[in-house]
Amino acid sequence: MTTRYFGKPIKRNEDPRLLTGQALFVDDVHLPDMLHVAFVRSDLAHARIRRIDTAAARERPGVVAVYTAEDLGDYWRPGPLLVPPPPVKDIVFHQRTQVPLAKDKVRHAGEAVAMVVAESRYIAEDAAEEIFVEYEPLPGVVDLEEALQPDAPRVHEDLESNLAAHVIQEKGSYATAREQADVVISRRFVYDRGTAAAMENRGIVAHWDFKSQHLTVWDTTQAPIPIRNGLAAMLGLSEHQVRVIAPFIGGGFGPKIMMFYPEEMLLPWVSMQLKRPVKWIEDREENFYATTQERGQIHQAEMALTQDGRILGVKDVFLHDTGAYDPYGLTVPINSQCTLLGCYDVPNYYSEFRVVFTNKPIVTPYRGAGRQHGVFVMERLLDLAARELGLDRAEIRRRNFIPPDKFPYNNQIIYQDFAPLVYDSGNYEPALDKALELIDYQRFIQEEQPRLRAEGRKVGLGIVTYVEGTGIGPYEGARVTVEASGKVSVATGIGTQGQGHFTSFAQLVAEQLGVDVGDIFLVTGDTDQFYWGAGTFASRGAVVAGNAIHAGAQAVRRKILKMASEELEVAEEDLELVDGTVRVKGVPDSAIKLGELAVKANPLRGAVKPDAEPGLEATAYFGPERGATASGVHAMILEIDPETMLVEIQKYVVVHDCGKVINPLILEGQIQGGVAQGIGNAFYEQLFFSENGTLLNASFMDYLLPTATDVPAIISDHLETPSPLNPLGVKGAGEAGAIPVGPLFAQAVEDALDIPGLEIREIPLSPNRLFELIRGERTEREADHG
Amino acid sequence: MKPAPFQYFAPTTLDQALDLLERYNYDAKPLAGGQSLVPAMNFRLARPGVLVDLNRVPDLAFVRPGSDGGLRIGAMTRQRQVERDPLVAERAPLIHETMPHIAHPQIRNRGTFGGSLAHADPAAELPAVLTALQGRFRLESKRGQRWLGADEFFVDFFTTALEPDELLVEIAVPPLPARTGWSFQEVARRHGDFAMAGLATLVTLDEQGRVQEARLVYLSVGDGPVTARQAAQVLQGQEPTEEAIQEAAEVAARQDVDPVSDIHASADYRRHLVKVLARRTLRVAVQRAKENGQG
Repeated sequence: MTTRYFGKPIKRNEDPRLLTGQALFVDDVHLPDMLHVAFVRSDLAHARIRRIDTAAARERPGVVAVYTAEDLGDYWRPGPLLVPPPPVKDIVFHQRTQVPLAKDKVRHAGEAVAMVVAESRYIAEDAAEEIFVEYEPLPGVVDLEEALQPDAPRVHEDLESNLAAHVIQEKGSYATAREQADVVISRRFVYDRGTAAAMENRGIVAHWDFKSQHLTVWDTTQAPIPIRNGLAAMLGLSEHQVRVIAPFIGGGFGPKIMMFYPEEMLLPWVSMQLKRPVKWIEDREENFYATTQERGQIHQAEMALTQDGRILGVKDVFLHDTGAYDPYGLTVPINSQCTLLGCYDVPNYYSEFRVVFTNKPIVTPYRGAGRQHGVFVMERLLDLAARELGLDRAEIRRRNFIPPDKFPYNNQIIYQDFAPLVYDSGNYEPALDKALELIDYQRFIQEEQPRLRAEGRKVGLGIVTYVEGTGIGPYEGARVTVEASGKVSVATGIGTQGQGHFTSFAQLVAEQLGVDVGDIFLVTGDTDQFYWGAGTFASRGAVVAGNAIHAGAQAVRRKILKMASEELEVAEEDLELVDGTVRVKGVPDSAIKLGELAVKANPLRGAVKPDAEPGLEATAYFGPERGATASGVHAMILEIDPETMLVEIQKYVVVHDCGKVINPLILEGQIQGGVAQGIGNAFYEQLFFSENGTLLNASFMDYLLPTATDVPAIISDHLETPSPLNPLGVKGAGEAGAIPVGPLFAQAVEDALDIPGLEIREIPLSPNRLFELIRGERTEREADHG
Repeated sequence: MKPAPFQYFAPTTLDQALDLLERYNYDAKPLAGGQSLVPAMNFRLARPGVLVDLNRVPDLAFVRPGSDGGLRIGAMTRQRQVERDPLVAERAPLIHETMPHIAHPQIRNRGTFGGSLAHADPAAELPAVLTALQGRFRLESKRGQRWLGADEFFVDFFTTALEPDELLVEIAVPPLPARTGWSFQEVARRHGDFAMAGLATLVTLDEQGRVQEARLVYLSVGDGPVTARQAAQVLQGQEPTEEAIQEAAEVAARQDVDPVSDIHASADYRRHLVKVLARRTLRVAVQRAKENGQG
C-alpha cells in the first residue's frame, strides 16, 4: 500500500477552530440558572481548624449555599488512590489521599476549607472573604530531610512519621561492583519544585438535570472516562447517568490526570444538592496551590567505574517530596528510579527511595514525571566521572551505551506500569553522532571555545542523552465509522490538551481508508461518544489510542473491501481505496464512493445478511504488553555574562528517536514545547516556600516562565527505531523535550564558567544562584528552599 | 481573583475628576492605564471604594516642547506613545532609551507615563529616570495646583507627595545641558520583568572634559529611586577615566545603596549588580557626553 498520510507533516485540523475562537473550553459553557463557586483556602500550611464561622457569608445577598466539611455529611471521604503501589518486594506504602474539604486540620497552604455557591463568582468571592476560620498554627514540615527526623512535626498524626513510602529495587550487586571499581564518584544532587502552569487553569461545570436524572460534567481532565466511573460510584448513579466531557483544554502536562481533585468531587454533588448547574474556574492564584506540582527530590548517588570509563554500577538513595497527600501512589519516584539508567548498560544498580509527606501542595506527575531527576543524576555522574578520568564527555557516554543487538534489554527492575523495565528497541550511538554533528562539537571545543575564551567570553556546551518510557497500558479503544456523506467519524475515550490528536489520529484513519485528513471528524474526551478508556498520560496517546484507531480503521477497511468485492464482483486484492472511493485498481470508472457503500451497509429496507453488522463501522482496542522506550540526545551552546550571570542560549539541538513518526510537524511542536518547559525548569521556574510552608511566589510576576525571547529556535532531527510492541511501530514523544534539559544546562554552565572545582549539582539555577555558587558562599543548597 | 466591590465613575472633564477626588478623598483611587492597579485589585491587595477613571478626561495625554528647550508630558500619555515620540527621542533621549525596558508592548499600550510615576513602585523605571532628569511634577486639586521636584514627589515605598484629592496632570522634563551623556540599563530575569537592579545615569562634562556633574539613580535597590550621591561625588571634577569609573562603581555599591534580599536576588547579588550597572552606564554616558560636545 502506498503511504500518503502516515508520516506526512500535515497541518493541524484543529488549528483553524482554535485560532478563530470556535473551540469550546470549559469556561465557555454557560447554562441557564448556573451558579458559581468559590473556595475558602487555608493561608497556613499546617494548622488545626478550631472553628469555622460561615454566618455572615450565608447572609450575603446572592449567596445560595455555603459548605464546610461538616455540611458534606456522608459524602465527605478521602479521595481514591489512583495508582496503587507496584509489586516490589518489602515495599512500604502509607495511603493518605486528599479530602474534599479540610476537616480538623489543614495540611498545605491553599487546601480548601469551605465552599461558597452564589449567583456570581464576584459574590462568591465576597462571601468567601467573610468566612472566618479560626486556626491553631502548627509547625510546618517543609524540609525533606528534617521531615524524617524523629522529632519532626507530623503531617498525618496517625502515622509514626512523615514517611509515606520506602522502596528498594536492585539489579545485580552494587556492593560487588564497587569493590571492583577503579573510580567511585559520589555526590549529592538536589532537584527543586516547579509547577506545570498550563495556559488554561482547571475548571468544572456540573449540571444535574433533575427531570432526566442525568449528570453532565465538563471537566479539564486528561481522563474523562475514569472521572465518569468514579463520579458514578461516589454519587450512587449508574455510569449511564453520567456524561463527562473533556472539551478543548489549554494544556494538561500531567496535573490534569490527577483525580479526584476536591473540586471534582464537590461540584457534581453540589449540582445534585441544589438542582442547578454550577461552575468553578480555578484562577491563577489558586492554580499555584490547588493544582498538583512536581519535582522535589534529594539524591545521594554514586557511580562505580573502570579506569576506561565503563560503568560497573550505580547506587542512588533519594528522598521524594509527595506533598501533603499521595493519591498518585509512587509513579513519580518509580519513574526517577527507572529512568536514571538511561541509555546505558548498567550491570549493577541499587536504588532506594523514601517518599516524604510535607506541608506543601500535592505532588503528582508533571511532564517528565520524575524522569528528569533520574536523568539529572545519571548524566551529572557521567560528567563528573569523565572529568575525573580525563575522558571526553561524549566518549564516556558512547562507551556505555546499550549496543543495538542487546534489545530487548531487561533492566531487571519494575516500571511504573508494574511490568519489568524492558527496553523494546533502541539505537543510541547514531543519535549521539548526529547531535555531535549538528552542534558542531569538535569545531566548538577545538576552535570556537578557545577563541572566545581568549576574548574573555564565557561560552559552554552541553550534551546529554536520555530515555523516556512511554506508551504504557492498560488499553485504549476507538470506533471508526464511515458516514453516509462519505466522511469518517472517529471516537476515542482519551482527552486532548493540544497534542494535535485531531490530525495525527485522522492521519492513521486516512492511511487505511484513503479519505482526506480534513474529512475525518474526531471526537475525543466525551464519555457518551466512547465508553471505554483510561486517559492521556505517560506519552501514551499516539501509542495506545493511536494503535486502537489504526486497528479500528483496518477493520473498517476490511468491511469496505468485502462489500465492494461483492458489489464489483472482483477479488479484494484487486481493489484499492482512493480519494474517498473504493475501486478496481487502475480503473477509476469502477469507483464506488464510500458514502454510497455506507448507505448500502445500513439499508432501510431489505435484509442485512445473517451475522452481518450494519454500517461501515468498527470498534477496536489496543493494549501494549508494556511501554515503548523512546530516547534522544540534546545539545546546546550557551553564553553567560560573567558580570550579571544572565544566560543566553545560542544553539539548541535535539536528536530524537520515538520510533515511526506519524506527523513530523506535530512532533516538532511537542519537542519545541517540551524544551521550553525544560528550560523553564532549569533556569527560570522555582517555587519558593517559607519555613512554615506557605508559597512565596504564587503569581506569574514572581514565578518565571520562559518567554519567547528566552527559548531558542531548535534544530532537530529524528531517527526512527520502530517499536516492536505495536503495529504502527510508534513510541511516545510528549515528554521527551522536557526531560534532559536540567543536566544539559548544568553541564553547559559548568563548561562556560570553566572554574576549577565548580560543580552544578542542583536544579533550578538562576543568575542569583550562579553568583552564589561562584562565590562559594553556599556550595550546598539547603535541602528544599534555595 | 475578582476585585472587592467598588463604585466606578468616568468623569469627562478634569474638573469633574477633581470634584470626585475631593468628595471621596481617601476612598477614591484614580484609574489611569490600570496595569498595576487592576491586578492589585483582583488580588484584593488594593481595595479602593471608588474608582475615578481618567480615560475619558480630555487633554491629559500629550507630548509638547517646553519653552526651556525641555519637554512637557501629559500624565495620561500612554507609555507606548512616549516610546515612539520623536520629540522625546530628541529632547529626552534617556526617557526614549528607557521606555522599551518597561514591561511589554501590550502593557505599554495601556500603561500611562503619569500612572507609573504616581504608583511609585521602587522597581519601576520611570521614577528613577525622572529623578535623574530632575523632572518636575504638576499636581492639581480643587484647592489649586502646585509643582514639585522629583525629590519631593517620591516619598517612600509606593508613596508620593500626592494628597488624596490631588491628581498628577503633567510632568516637565528640563533640557539636557551641553556635553551631557546618558545611559539606562537594567538587569532583569526576563525581558519585561521588574528588574533586579537598574540604573539611570547622566554625566555632564565641563569644557576640559572633566565631570561637571554626574547623576546616578537606581531602581529596585531601595524603597524608591536611590540616588548614588557619594559615587557622583567621586566623579565630580575628575577625568572620567576607567579608574575613576571603577572607583565610583565601588563607592556606589559600598556606600550608596542598602539593598534587601528577595526570592530573585540576594542583597549581595544586588549590591554586585549596582557596581556592574554603574560601570556599564558610566562608560556609555561618558562616551555620549564626549560625542555631545557641541551641546
